[in-house]
Amino acid sequence: MSLERKDKLLIGLCIAAAALVVQLFCIQVSDKSSRDAASNQSTVRVPIYPNRGVIRDRNGKVLVGNKLCYDLMVTPKTIGEFDTLALCRNFGVDSLYIRERFKEYRRNMRRIGYQSVVLLRQLSPEKYTAFAELQAKGGFEGFWGQARTIREYPYNAGGNLLGYVSEVDADYISRHPGEYRPGDYAGRTGLEAAREKELRGVKGEHIYLRNSRNQIEGPYKNGEEDVEAIPGKDITTTIDAELQHYGQTLMQNKVGSLVAIEPATGEILALVSSPGIDVDQLADIGSHYKEIAANPYKPMFNRAVQASYPPGSCFKVVNGLIGLQEGVITPESCYPCSMGYHFGNHKLGCHAHRSPLNLEESIMMSCNAYYCYVLKALLENRKYSSMDESMKAWDDYVYSFGFGRPLGSDFPAELKGNIPTPEYYNRIYGRGHWKANTIISISIGQGEIGCTPLHLANFCATVANRGWYITPHIVKDSEDISIDPKYHERNYTLVDTTHFPKVVKGMYRAVNSGFGSGGTASIAAVPGLEICGKTGTAQNPHGADNSVFMCFAPMDNPKIAVVAYIENGGFGATWAAPIASLLVESYLNGEISEERKYLEKRMLEGNLMDRVRIRK
Amino acid sequence: MIERRTSQRGVGGTVDWWLAGCWLVLVFIGFLNIYSTVHYEYPEVLVWGSRACKQLVWIGTAVLMAAVILFAVPSRIYENASLPAYVLMFFLLVLVIFISNDTKGSNSWIEIGSVKIQPAEFSKITSSLMLANVISKMDLHFRSFRDYMIAGAVLLLPMAAIVAENETGSMLVYVGFIFVLYREGISGWWLALLGSIITLFIITLRFGIVPTLLTVFIVASFANDFLRGRKWLWLAINIPLIALMIVWIIFWPKPLYFLLPLMAVQIICYLVFGFLRRDSFRMASAGVIAACMIASFSVDLVFNNVLQEHQRKRIEVLLGMTEDPSGWGYNVHQSKIAIGSGGLFGKGYLNGTQSTFGFVPEQSTDFIFCTIGEEWGFAGSVAVVLLYVFLIFRIIHDAEQCRSRFIRVYGYCVASCFFMHLIINIGMTIGLMPVIGIPLPLVSYGGSSMWGFTILLFIFLALNREERKYF
Repeated sequence: MSLERKDKLLIGLCIAAAALVVQLFCIQVSDKSSRDAASNQSTVRVPIYPNRGVIRDRNGKVLVGNKLCYDLMVTPKTIGEFDTLALCRNFGVDSLYIRERFKEYRRNMRRIGYQSVVLLRQLSPEKYTAFAELQAKGGFEGFWGQARTIREYPYNAGGNLLGYVSEVDADYISRHPGEYRPGDYAGRTGLEAAREKELRGVKGEHIYLRNSRNQIEGPYKNGEEDVEAIPGKDITTTIDAELQHYGQTLMQNKVGSLVAIEPATGEILALVSSPGIDVDQLADIGSHYKEIAANPYKPMFNRAVQASYPPGSCFKVVNGLIGLQEGVITPESCYPCSMGYHFGNHKLGCHAHRSPLNLEESIMMSCNAYYCYVLKALLENRKYSSMDESMKAWDDYVYSFGFGRPLGSDFPAELKGNIPTPEYYNRIYGRGHWKANTIISISIGQGEIGCTPLHLANFCATVANRGWYITPHIVKDSEDISIDPKYHERNYTLVDTTHFPKVVKGMYRAVNSGFGSGGTASIAAVPGLEICGKTGTAQNPHGADNSVFMCFAPMDNPKIAVVAYIENGGFGATWAAPIASLLVESYLNGEISEERKYLEKRMLEGNLMDRVRIRK
Repeated sequence: MIERRTSQRGVGGTVDWWLAGCWLVLVFIGFLNIYSTVHYEYPEVLVWGSRACKQLVWIGTAVLMAAVILFAVPSRIYENASLPAYVLMFFLLVLVIFISNDTKGSNSWIEIGSVKIQPAEFSKITSSLMLANVISKMDLHFRSFRDYMIAGAVLLLPMAAIVAENETGSMLVYVGFIFVLYREGISGWWLALLGSIITLFIITLRFGIVPTLLTVFIVASFANDFLRGRKWLWLAINIPLIALMIVWIIFWPKPLYFLLPLMAVQIICYLVFGFLRRDSFRMASAGVIAACMIASFSVDLVFNNVLQEHQRKRIEVLLGMTEDPSGWGYNVHQSKIAIGSGGLFGKGYLNGTQSTFGFVPEQSTDFIFCTIGEEWGFAGSVAVVLLYVFLIFRIIHDAEQCRSRFIRVYGYCVASCFFMHLIINIGMTIGLMPVIGIPLPLVSYGGSSMWGFTILLFIFLALNREERKYF
């Protein structure tokens, strides 16, 4: 009996001890939550934000720099009594806002735990220093300043080309799993977004131990696990800050875009989309975002790469080159024009000029009828067994100039534009139910043809190079960054380089033949610069025609190719040609000559905003 | 033939060195962990003011006491001295109520100069000796009411005094003496009763009175009918009754009005049938049911009127009825975080963050186990628990070897004191027990507790050694 009782007691002891061991196992081994709770309580992880890479222009001017600011952090669990009014006075915020925030913290106390949250953002160093003095006098326990840098734009050039940086939101974080945490900043548009990976750098972290009264006791494990921030890489762009700035001024109060490329390298010298975002707004995108988003002219929309327009008469040069290559015309071929091209009961109109014209003259005077004949000859070429095939061949030529697909520039959201295919027409008209005359308007860059201003500028550079282009790009090789080798490779078109001098001659004459000669772009002529250009007047279903002009200069060994595309600007010569030529003059001469000051004034003062029909 | 063998075994030859070794290891673990809790403030050990240093002093004096008990004091005196010591201690306990200063709501400390002593830590020793004495001398076998009265009085007197000192934690340790009494012959039903009362209390507090009464009804009828061969009767009565009750609740959601008359009928039936058939089990059951009904109705009364607010809150936190991590639940919340964050192998000695930086209150005294849990992890915690289990096993083993009933009872008393402290203290730190402020034996910081447990243990070693001399 007694033995039995002793054993029962011992069994009881074992059961009780087992209960302890089981509970220990539960809280120490199987439940990991107390580990997080402990590290949240006893360590403070202070993120060290890296300086974002600086963005420079091609000459080393800083387009986007950094400046120091502070975020006021607060650890709600550890705050004591503090003087709300003093805080508000110091930072110039409404006391209601502060109370509201603290109410919110109290509600979410359990979720926040011992973490710190941001109370006020992007405070200037002066304000923060004033607060630190206030804090040194006592009170404000649980508040601290998180140093970080925000963007600064010393030069008013770039705007939405550069893009803006803002704090990541929940959606952004979920789209980039593992890369961002709340409170991080990321480039959201433009170059900042395209080059986010290089620019952002690597965040560091200092871990400190804190005691139960929220005092920092020193570095955790003597700083062994601290990670220093690695600054982001600097980026050198191909942009010429002066030229970009001048282009933006020329484009003010107009809707459209202006693109300048260095033909020999494919480097984009300037890329303006108007209306755009001012750099002042970029710096503080948060408070301007609503205003920008509500603007009916859509300033966030980068028209230079994201708007598909009909190229208008500029496209005649493409068809002329294809005609030469296919042998359906020679430079000497002449076609008649009697105020247009007549087919059946229809007519594709043209303006008054002498007739007939050869190739050079057709470019110089921008004859519509000439290119209708060229297209007809191309599509009815006996070399091809059917319309489909000849159309397909035409498409291949056009594609080789970079049209109809994204060029592969370093802009993330580049539009491909539209080049109609035989399949497309078969679908619309039915197989065998369309012929050259049905689609005759593509001969003059109308109809189904769509391209971005960047496409057109690239084409202009191709002509300037006499047959090849380098994919346009905006980031240059620099110490930190080497760009994709494709930005150094020449892309040849399917048109033989020997055919280009003829059309170049036509473009030269369009500009430099003098008023009264019939050349459409005499307004663009700048003595000594040998500008070669082609005007375009593209129909716009939403109001007045778009004014288009592409040009390059000088004729031999060109330094710059420019495209101006002005929505609802009317004739190419009215707005686009003067603006493009002024840009070329400014770039090559460094200034605008006295004789052309009147033109510059007119362009700067011109306001076409009323003409633009707003689509909502 | 009785023969002294001291000469053959040497001076310490008959001491149970296993127990002495356990004592040493535990004391050493205690010192290491106390140093860990203060090392940030006092990196040097030998600085007066550092608890680690003071603990060294307590340990040093405790070693002296142990040596004196083992080698200087003749162990025969304990049996004779137990009555005067017991009486003296009782008066001391009562005296303390009147002269002590209030320490955290408890009136249990005497201050002599700068030294503070808690007599309740020592009353365990005198009570154990006294209990062993009366049981062996008066030959209590718990077959008569008198035996219960005597043993009960020996234990209840100091308990009452300690409760009056507001040291409920120390009083609860006395509850552990029921295991000693069980070993010495009281009915196992007393243990069952104690267990039932605790269970009843918890169920009623946590789930309300109806589930409790329902449980009592079903368990009683199950024990009376199902277990005693009347399975069909049990099913035939219970299934319709439960169905009826569900219907009742649907139409009139006051189940007590159904349950109370039902249980009254049950009691009457058991009494009548028990009496008619001379079935004492049934009659006893009727009594138990009635007792349970009264007990469960008095739970709210006891809980709200007898317990003090902090005790009530601690029980509520334990049972998950209130969650108050920054108020009443703070200690346990933080203690669980500290222990839990240790993981499998701990953060390493002196690397604990929770215990070093003051997140856990009473870090070096009642919550010393947090440091062990955090810095030594699951492995270290289990090792410490197993060390205590070994200690208790060994004490019981030695006690059973003794032919003297006095020594055996005393041994069981020592074992039960260690057991209660172990379960309550560690249970409290890991959320199995309400927060009850009693130390972890030999490990927690504090002179009184260190001396108390050392004396308690080494008296047993001395007694046991004397026993072993005569084989």
